[in-house]
Amino acid sequence: MAEAHPVGFQWVMEAKARGARVIHIDPRFTRTSAVADAYLPVRAGSDIALLGGVINYILTREKDFREYVLAYTNASVIVTEEFRDTEELDGLFSGYDPDSGSYDARSWRYEGMESTDPPGAEDTAHARETGSGPAHGSGGPRLARPAPSPRTDPTLQHPRCVYQILKRHFSRYTPEVVAEISGLPAERFLQLCEDWTANSGRERTTSVVYAVGWTQHSVGVQMIRTAAIIQLLLGNIGRPGGGIMAMRGHASIQGSTDIPTLFNLLPGYLPMPSAGVHTSLTRYLDSFIGDKRKGFWRNADAYFISLMKEFWGDAATKDNDYCFDYLPRLTGDHGTYRTTMDMIDGKVSGYFLHGQNPAVGSAHAKLQRLAMANLDWLVVRDLTMIESATFWRDSPEIETGEIVPAECRTEVFFFPAAAYTEKAGTFTQTQRMLQWREKAVEPQGDQRSELWFFYHLGRLLKERLADSTDARDRPIQDLTWNYEVHGDEPSAASVLRAVNGYDLTTGTVVSGYMDLKNDGSTSCGCWIYSGVYADGVNQAARRVPRDPDDPTSPALEWGWAWPYNRRILYNRASADPQGRPWSERKKYIWWDPDLGENGQWTGRDVPDFERTKPPSYTPPEGAAGPAALRGDDPFVMQADGKGWLYVPTGLHDGPLPTHYEPQESVLANALYGQQANPTRKVYAREDNPYNPSPGGGGDPEVYPYVVTTSRLTEHHTAGGMSRQLPYLAELQPEMFVEVSPALAAERGLQHLGWATVVTSRTAIEARVLVTDRLTPLRVAGRVIHQIWLPYHWGTVGLITGDSANDLFGVVLDPNVLIQESKVATCDIRPGRRPHGPELVALVDGYRRRAGVIVGTRRAGPLARAGEGTSTHLGSVEASEEDAG
Amino acid sequence: MTDPLSEPVADVAGASGYDAHPPRVGFFTDTTVCIGCKACEVACKEWNLVPDDGFDLLGMSYDNTGMLGANSWRHVAFIEQPARTGAESGQEFRWLMASDVCKHCTRAGCLDVCPTGALFRTEFGTVVVQPDICNGCGYCVSACPYGVIERRDGDGRAWKCTLCYDRLRGGLEPACAKACPTDSIQFGALDELRVRARQRVEALHEQGVAEARLYGESPDDGVGGQGSIFLLLDEPEVYGLPPDPVVPTRDLPRMWRYAALAGVAMLGAIVAAFQEGRRR
Repeated sequence: MAEAHPVGFQWVMEAKARGARVIHIDPRFTRTSAVADAYLPVRAGSDIALLGGVINYILTREKDFREYVLAYTNASVIVTEEFRDTEELDGLFSGYDPDSGSYDARSWRYEGMESTDPPGAEDTAHARETGSGPAHGSGGPRLARPAPSPRTDPTLQHPRCVYQILKRHFSRYTPEVVAEISGLPAERFLQLCEDWTANSGRERTTSVVYAVGWTQHSVGVQMIRTAAIIQLLLGNIGRPGGGIMAMRGHASIQGSTDIPTLFNLLPGYLPMPSAGVHTSLTRYLDSFIGDKRKGFWRNADAYFISLMKEFWGDAATKDNDYCFDYLPRLTGDHGTYRTTMDMIDGKVSGYFLHGQNPAVGSAHAKLQRLAMANLDWLVVRDLTMIESATFWRDSPEIETGEIVPAECRTEVFFFPAAAYTEKAGTFTQTQRMLQWREKAVEPQGDQRSELWFFYHLGRLLKERLADSTDARDRPIQDLTWNYEVHGDEPSAASVLRAVNGYDLTTGTVVSGYMDLKNDGSTSCGCWIYSGVYADGVNQAARRVPRDPDDPTSPALEWGWAWPYNRRILYNRASADPQGRPWSERKKYIWWDPDLGENGQWTGRDVPDFERTKPPSYTPPEGAAGPAALRGDDPFVMQADGKGWLYVPTGLHDGPLPTHYEPQESVLANALYGQQANPTRKVYAREDNPYNPSPGGGGDPEVYPYVVTTSRLTEHHTAGGMSRQLPYLAELQPEMFVEVSPALAAERGLQHLGWATVVTSRTAIEARVLVTDRLTPLRVAGRVIHQIWLPYHWGTVGLITGDSANDLFGVVLDPNVLIQESKVATCDIRPGRRPHGPELVALVDGYRRRAGVIVGTRRAGPLARAGEGTSTHLGSVEASEEDAG
Repeated sequence: MTDPLSEPVADVAGASGYDAHPPRVGFFTDTTVCIGCKACEVACKEWNLVPDDGFDLLGMSYDNTGMLGANSWRHVAFIEQPARTGAESGQEFRWLMASDVCKHCTRAGCLDVCPTGALFRTEFGTVVVQPDICNGCGYCVSACPYGVIERRDGDGRAWKCTLCYDRLRGGLEPACAKACPTDSIQFGALDELRVRARQRVEALHEQGVAEARLYGESPDDGVGGQGSIFLLLDEPEVYGLPPDPVVPTRDLPRMWRYAALAGVAMLGAIVAAFQEGRRR
């Protein structure tokens, strides 16, 4: 965090000054480790084993916060007899279909739930194709007929209750096994467990912070879920000082998932409809709401219809399903990596790039460049001419003859972009807080804001199509496009008001999503942002700092956080079931029986709960929506109001996290016969080879080392914003590779000399830094060396160098389709790399020796799954950052 | 015998002729909370329009600045210390980071030797070069015991940290301190910073960080106390700082005495030589 988020890290340092203990877990010793109280080195990709070990520690010693766990999680819920765990099936859960590489999740359900209605899983293979994990929205997946409440055992003794299932599932994740897989010695692991559990409970809370590299694994979602299970078991969710914080990769990446640049989501995490499935508005809404659903997601029809009213205004009426048929439909995967491969296959003719540099920043960057070289046109909007605008004349593929400038048919249109100081608008940061910024200076020359570009693009399209009688042009003809414009620049404030939403009967802004209606009388561009313009005031522009005498103040009048300016989500959990603070020290939200007519929730934050619903409230028979939530159900968006230790539906790779090796590993899975995530998305194409792993054929030892990447403080992602600036370029002027002294000795690498790093995709060169910050790990009876690379370099700018992301292949997490770009295998050798045909020969030689068979399915007892699924697969828009 | 060139100076701006002046200001750099982000280096260059220093990979951990100089007025040192497993230490691997800067000495060698008056003491007690007066003679370069000030290639004049004199006059703190995310660089009245620094060392000692120490805080040292003081976790040499800096001009009286003595002795020797010769 100190490396990539130095400004945010000031709060960690402040917490440390006030007595917090900071533990840093990372494959390499970083600037964060330098100031942490403890640094724990681990093997890249072993996170579930490590954190699963913590769960095992908690459960075997009964260190869980029992009262919290019983009241607020699904620990006591009994699961159907049909469920089989990975312990029984050697690394698979029940319901696995090896042909499609996906699960039928029906057997994972709670006892009493109907098995005929697997929500969101009508077609599990399709669900995986379309990255439907996040498509359940902020509400999580719906539960089939959860009312009456599922069967539970409050003693937690029933062998099929979630608590016992969890205990059995993680029972083999002992300190010794953790050491065996992660390389972290048992005594250091136990110290971590002791610190974490001792610092959790009534009086204390622990926070988990991760940078989004954590998501970039074939088991990324489950890694974070493992942390979520620990935090729920220890009572660290919904309470001050607790939680799991994602350090997002850019200034407003949170914003670009809330109002998404993702192919499978609409604003506010509403799912994008699928062709052939969501044939009517009713079918679409039913697919994620359901008639008996508990919680606030029950009102999603109001959120969706208000969105349609914002898109199409008066044209959206009840009679035409509010223009539901104007929305595009998913026919499969339309994400970044799928689209890239479709470009190579000649199925995509045009591409817009805004502030993204896939020629450097995306996994398998060579594949990205080859893809962009096969387009008719490409629009690049960026601050400077980045590699994604110049690949056709200066990429490494020119030397190898894979791209010939004279023949490359892609026409590149470069639009200079305005910098953040040159445009007004909001950033949404990791705490879901919107912060308005004013324009400081006028953009120079032809530089323009994104808002300008899209507003005028839309305006021109509407003008061109104004006289069309073709029905397919109606969605654009009917689009409301009436934002305020000052000069030729649209007003960002007027867009923010539209995002907030209007009461269409009065023309005034609504005060929040509770005001939204499902009858077409309100409009709202993004329901979770509704309230950002409450009372006609730009709430995101507020700048009242916290009281300096009260360092724990949530500073509610600094910016505005969705939803409803709540700073901690699910903060009802900061009080006990009776509504009293768990402790004076951790007092945050509580029930005050003397407030209002019959009592109210009150406290330091905006309560994330119905303000007047007493803790003792029990829903009447047949209640639905928020009314079906009990007074002690804090997780108000969840279908049952509980935190899910066990996920009965909604995940594509299992109800519980399980340790699998990465796609590329020199080690066999120490726990199960199943080597890697059986549902990961693999693309067996000639242009996307993988290094061998044990049991899959080929020789893994040809690529004997682990390679991982991350950022340097001095640079920004793919370098477009830093390699052009002398003051940043001079601070880290050259591409380098970090190796331990032991590996340097083993491979004859000299400090400040050159090294070549080789995978089955390509080879890159870098200067060598020999450093003790990388430690060889003793894993599975052998020494594992890890090398580390920054990924900021490319072919243009003040400083140039090879791109680390050229080394990685494309393999994706099945839930959100993010690429595994934080771990692979490689070889490293002294000296510079060859160029042109000799480079190809070097890489080919390695492939032959390793037995890499490109473009064909490789089956084997330990890699039995997922590898045949090579047709139309892909990824979500690299969801946020680049592969870094 | 009192010596005006080595006695403690209580009011450095007053001693330079400012009757009414603001309190002496400086930096307290607490290296224990430095995260090595180099925001200080960038903010300094942005504000003061200092040119880049070349794109050279130095291999000194993450330090590619190398040292203070004409084009680097802040320099973050990175020191990788291998684990010491000896009986007395048992210390784990450490990565020390420290942002170095001009010390704005109480007795500033650069200022003392400047023949043109380009270097002057400000009303804030800081030491600043005026580029429009500097003639590039370079005397100041050899007079600085820390190697801070340097002549710029292609320009010839001497440059160094001004402690953002222009910002101070506008009521702002220096750019580096403003940009520092963890308050490793603290700006303020030097008297207050000294108190804060001593308290911080005591607190660290109580926490068991026995190696914490202050550098440049004592008015009794060879430069009469630094205007920029540092809290370090190891010997100054480890960070590239001189362990016992002495302003060259401190020895001027003694040097003159020796010179006079030598002159007298030489004279005596010459006389003696002639007398000896006459006797023959």
